Amino acid sequence: MMPKPHFTGDLAPLPTHGFGHRSTTWWGIIAFFLIEGTGFVMAIAAYFFLMNQEQLWPPPPFAPPDLLAGTLFTLVLLLSEIPNTMAKHAAEHGELRKLRRLLLVHAAVGPILIGLRAWEFAGANVLWTDNAYGSIIWALLLLHATHFITDWFDTLVLAGLMHGPHGVEGRRFVDCAENAMYWRFVWLAWLPMYILIYWLPRLVA
Amino acid sequence: MSAKMSPSDHLRDGPDFTGEPLHEALCKTWSREPGLWGWLSTTDHKEVGRRYIVTAFVFLILGGILALLIRAQLATPESGLIDPDRYNQIFTMHGTTMMFLFAVPVMDAMAVFLIPLMLGTRNIAFPRLNAFSYFVYLAGGILLWVAFVLNVGPDAGWFSYVPLAGPEFSPGKRVDVWAQMVTFTEIAALAVAVEITATILKQRAPGMTLARMPLFVWAMLVVSLMVIFSMPAVTLASGMLLSDRLVGTHFFNSFEYGDSLLWQHLFWFFGHPEVYIIFLPATGFVSEIVQTFSRRSIIGYSAVVLALVGTGLLAFGLWVHHMFATGLPRLGYAFYTAASMAVSIPAGIQIFCWIATIWDGRPRFQVPMLWVIGFIITFVIGGLTGVMLASVPLDLQLHDTFFVVAHFHYVLIGGAVFPLLGAITYWFPKFTGRLMSEGTGKLSFWLAFIGFQVAFFPMHFLGIMGMPRRVYTYQEGLGWDTLNLVSTIGAFAFALALVIFLGNALVSMRSGREADANPWGASGLEWAAASPPAPYNHAHIPAVDSRTPLWDHEEALPVMHGLRVEERELVVTTVIEAKPDLRDPSAEPTIWPFVSSLAVTAMFVSSIFTPWAVVVGAIPVAAALTAWFWPKDNKVTPEPVIE
Repeated sequence: MMPKPHFTGDLAPLPTHGFGHRSTTWWGIIAFFLIEGTGFVMAIAAYFFLMNQEQLWPPPPFAPPDLLAGTLFTLVLLLSEIPNTMAKHAAEHGELRKLRRLLLVHAAVGPILIGLRAWEFAGANVLWTDNAYGSIIWALLLLHATHFITDWFDTLVLAGLMHGPHGVEGRRFVDCAENAMYWRFVWLAWLPMYILIYWLPRLVA
Repeated sequence: MSAKMSPSDHLRDGPDFTGEPLHEALCKTWSREPGLWGWLSTTDHKEVGRRYIVTAFVFLILGGILALLIRAQLATPESGLIDPDRYNQIFTMHGTTMMFLFAVPVMDAMAVFLIPLMLGTRNIAFPRLNAFSYFVYLAGGILLWVAFVLNVGPDAGWFSYVPLAGPEFSPGKRVDVWAQMVTFTEIAALAVAVEITATILKQRAPGMTLARMPLFVWAMLVVSLMVIFSMPAVTLASGMLLSDRLVGTHFFNSFEYGDSLLWQHLFWFFGHPEVYIIFLPATGFVSEIVQTFSRRSIIGYSAVVLALVGTGLLAFGLWVHHMFATGLPRLGYAFYTAASMAVSIPAGIQIFCWIATIWDGRPRFQVPMLWVIGFIITFVIGGLTGVMLASVPLDLQLHDTFFVVAHFHYVLIGGAVFPLLGAITYWFPKFTGRLMSEGTGKLSFWLAFIGFQVAFFPMHFLGIMGMPRRVYTYQEGLGWDTLNLVSTIGAFAFALALVIFLGNALVSMRSGREADANPWGASGLEWAAASPPAPYNHAHIPAVDSRTPLWDHEEALPVMHGLRVEERELVVTTVIEAKPDLRDPSAEPTIWPFVSSLAVTAMFVSSIFTPWAVVVGAIPVAAALTAWFWPKDNKVTPEPVIE
């Protein structure tokens, strides 16, 4: 027998979207942070494990990766947080016109970062086939490239979406706010890698 | 767009709209199109869950056939039934299939089907991701088995240790197939973990605080978090292995200052938690079954929850006990021995809570309960040999012998498959609307229980007598002949029991006794939905004020109303207290998750052959994912933008 219903409350007055931890998507994104973050932590652990196999780091005759390329990449990435924070704010306050502009600015940063990352690969001063040191340096650069290019592509799609008829729906603003949160993870995750790729080899040399 | 519509303009469930008319309206909203297109597009968690369960059992049968081949080969000394190369593929395929294609997916599958029903929600969170996850899992399984049939089956063991699995000692594509299958199944498992976590945290019925969740839900919350923290390690490791093999990196190549032990660390950082990822859902089944068949609430609910969380945490401190034989610093030996022994404490707490519940209750020894009793006995034996193996001197002696094979089959079959078969019997009415035959169920249980012990108990002695794992044959006169023959007889008896179990399920699906909503007199919300549940699960969203809602409200179940009926809508609640917070749309069926899975499959399979596949293959993947996420045009006018 199915039990009879005993009505105790009405859900109809509830709103249909909420920002931050109120949204299910936010929790999904947090879970993906944890997955990707764990992947990065494992890659970093592998870096130290392999470092332990060598007497010198970087092993001779290799020079550490070019500092200029990596530092420029890091600076541009950090500066991109300015339009990103503004976009998050605009999304949370439902300012559609402002949000549309900021998403385009953010989208324009992508190609610059891709160009700089290409320069980083070219200036790595080692190939992935040279030795395990080269392999792990390339792996860190490649993992993070996949990471930021994915979120840049997300931003492109959202920019297109917000310029169309779907841009007026409340849930799309939540999507934009969460995309901005994701971008923060992209640059936060980069900072330890920047230190490991560019500074640790110089500091221990 | 009418931004002025008020919420009252939409059709909603409630005291004035209930019963048969509501059922018809909700069915219209929540049903999928008939036919193949609808089948490929569905986002119903029950349909995807059933599909996942059936597929996992197909892989159980395939893996089981390989097990019988292994036992047939080892039944007599110097048998020529299977040549060494084929034997290597067979034991690798057996382990790989059972771990990656059966054990983890089947537990995920049960959760995908049951958890939304237990939580009183209309669908799982991210239902399209759920559909995608199934297709990716299926593709990984097909890749592995097609390769095996083409004699490209992996042959370096289910853990693919380097340097054996590296480019130097395993030329050809066998190991690449293994590594890429790992990528498929890990993506599928991670996707399910994200869905389950979000569903549990945000879609519980109003009033179902964390402290009122069913214990299976607790187990799956812990397991999902474990998946999230462990599986990236093996995904990274298999990616490194592929790149060592395909593009000449040196992660594991000691000649270029890589290290083969790095593989073991990364693999077991995943591999050990994996064991608990399989075992903890099973303890969730046991808690549910013990409660229902003892006819009292579980004794020590908080202790069981703490034990689940404790096991989840300790599971990440054990991985190095798989590496005792590689040589470790003394402190490492001491730490990992202590941690390995410590994990038996939370396991013991759970067992005492179940025994106390049975003791204090009014137990009914029906088939699901028999599997639980079989589980307790078998798992305790496996747990004891586990504590033995945690001791380094003994482990060094028994490492890579049949003693270890006996140990992990006791904990995996006894600890996970027995409760799973109990759970299938228990929730069968929810899957099919019918009950499995009790008599045949008892026969399959007793044959399985006895067959299992006959098959695996002698392996303890074989291991102590020095018989190594993964050898395709052995010489006469070592004293292993009789025990091996006995073990083979037991294995075939156990297999027969599983055939009877599956036959019982197939027959009962068509002609079993029809079940009403709550045939066992259980207490959880899944038993308030019809058997099998309607596409929308519960007609009204249940409101919960205890851990055993159906026992505490026998006359009428408290519910909340007011969700839209003509749109797929569900209620989102707060994380801890489960207070109603939002009305959220649930994704409509769409073909794009299936298309995305095809694009992902094309990319992964081609990347076994050329690294450029990753670059070129990313384009269709990105296109399919974009189409998937692009919002649909609402059939019904959306509600105001900012409320």
